[in-house]
Amino acid sequence: MASAGAPSEGKLSAKTAIGGRLAYYFPTLAIAVAVIALWEFIVVVFDIQQFLLPKPSAIFAEFMLQVDLWLRPHERSILFDAGGATLWEALGGFVIGCGGGILVALITSRWTIISEATMPFAIAANSVPIIAFAPIMNNWFGITNPASKMAIVAIIVFFPTMINTVRGLTSVDANQLELMRSYAASPAHIMFKLRLNNALPYIFSALRVASALSLIGAVVAEFFGGPRATLGVYITQEASAFDFAKAWTAILLASLIGIAFYLAVLFMERRLMPWHVSFRKTG
Amino acid sequence: MSEAKKDIAISAKSLNKIFNPGSDEEVIALQDIDLEIEAGEFISLIGPSGCGKSTLMRLIGDLLAPSSGELSVNGMSPPEARLRRQYGMVFQAATLYEWRSVIKNVELPLEVMGYAKAERRRLAEEKLAMVELADFAGHFPWQLSGGMQQRVSIARALVFDPAVLLMDEPFGALDEFTRERMNLELLKIWEQTGKTIVFVTHSISEAVFLSNRIVVMSPRPGRITEIVDNALPLPRDFNTRNVPAYHELVARVRDLLRDAVAADPARADEVE
Repeated sequence: MASAGAPSEGKLSAKTAIGGRLAYYFPTLAIAVAVIALWEFIVVVFDIQQFLLPKPSAIFAEFMLQVDLWLRPHERSILFDAGGATLWEALGGFVIGCGGGILVALITSRWTIISEATMPFAIAANSVPIIAFAPIMNNWFGITNPASKMAIVAIIVFFPTMINTVRGLTSVDANQLELMRSYAASPAHIMFKLRLNNALPYIFSALRVASALSLIGAVVAEFFGGPRATLGVYITQEASAFDFAKAWTAILLASLIGIAFYLAVLFMERRLMPWHVSFRKTG
Repeated sequence: MSEAKKDIAISAKSLNKIFNPGSDEEVIALQDIDLEIEAGEFISLIGPSGCGKSTLMRLIGDLLAPSSGELSVNGMSPPEARLRRQYGMVFQAATLYEWRSVIKNVELPLEVMGYAKAERRRLAEEKLAMVELADFAGHFPWQLSGGMQQRVSIARALVFDPAVLLMDEPFGALDEFTRERMNLELLKIWEQTGKTIVFVTHSISEAVFLSNRIVVMSPRPGRITEIVDNALPLPRDFNTRNVPAYHELVARVRDLLRDAVAADPARADEVE
């Protein structure tokens, strides 16, 4: 019935939808532009030294220089090499940590006693500053080995993912479980047809947090030492060499990677659970 | 029912259910329940909150175990009957899976029970047609109204052809108009399928309109006050609610409930 509308009507609504999106994002863009303009203005008017706070235009110019280097076939941009290396560490740790968290949650939630016994430890571990283990991981895996950073990232994202997944697997509507019971369903059916689907929104909210945490974890772990071409090391070295515009470009690149990572998770979420209340089109 | 004696579908003898026995929070939910339900009967359990009507339904469906007494369903113990998939259940909330389309929701029990794909689709389509939702097979639950969701839930309960349909206030969350329409549809489904239906409700008019017999229950402890035969002719329709016999029966059940509640005056307002 809903598809009975004339095609011209569909086009019209598509146009207004694009207009609506622009109108929706306009305030956000306006704020971003205003903040950058204010930053530039303050640095110029108060004559702030570049080692305290470089001008956005200087950071941007340096960034474009690196982009240019990166795009040339025979040149190398250490900045973008560093971005790639850090992304690799973050991604590796994310996959290992989140995958492990979901797996452990699936196993422990199968037995209520085990999940109830392990949850307090998981919650306690979640409030430990895992990053403090970075020097130890450097010892274990080798300071230039990406595994040392992946390990930190994996541990950081493991606990929130596990805790959320257990919550999603166990907070199932009582009537849903009674229905499954009335079908004489096996534990495997209850797990894969009911509990896991029920947990998806919980898992994705953990993954979104984990995507941001994994990049933070990788960069901060690199502050404790690592290969030259990683964002954390790049930032510390350029800062100690007083080349602050360069340090800031690394921060900018880290932010861009972080946002892209987050959006990728969000995209996956929409693909995997289009039914969820937060993605429903109203009207 | 003037026919020859029918098969007994559900039989309860001196059935008791005590929650938290021996503790401070001990509650006698059901006491000395004797009840025989014939195959193909439509039985309503009615009474104020705390009378144990839902508990009785849950004992029959093996969602709870009785504390003492005998209970058999088609000659089997309730756990046995459950393992043989004798129960279709409908709750007050439609409890559909929001991640499944309407037809996939109806197919769910069949998936669990290992039916082949083509067979699942065929049976689900058949039952969706029965509740007049064939056109909505591809919709998601949130795109349907409350009454439509509940119809999907009924289709899902019937799709594997269980012997007994257990319904716990299935229309309690719907508005009066939708509820009356759903009553009519449920009667039609009952006539088509000949299922034994145990129907828990708060509503006198609903119980009188739907059932062959109305089991009136009283609270604390939950007991059967009286079992009222309903001689209103079948099939019933919108006009059934206008005939004097209907109103007499409604008045009779209301009086019985009033007596049942009299011992517990704080709850008198809970009967519709």
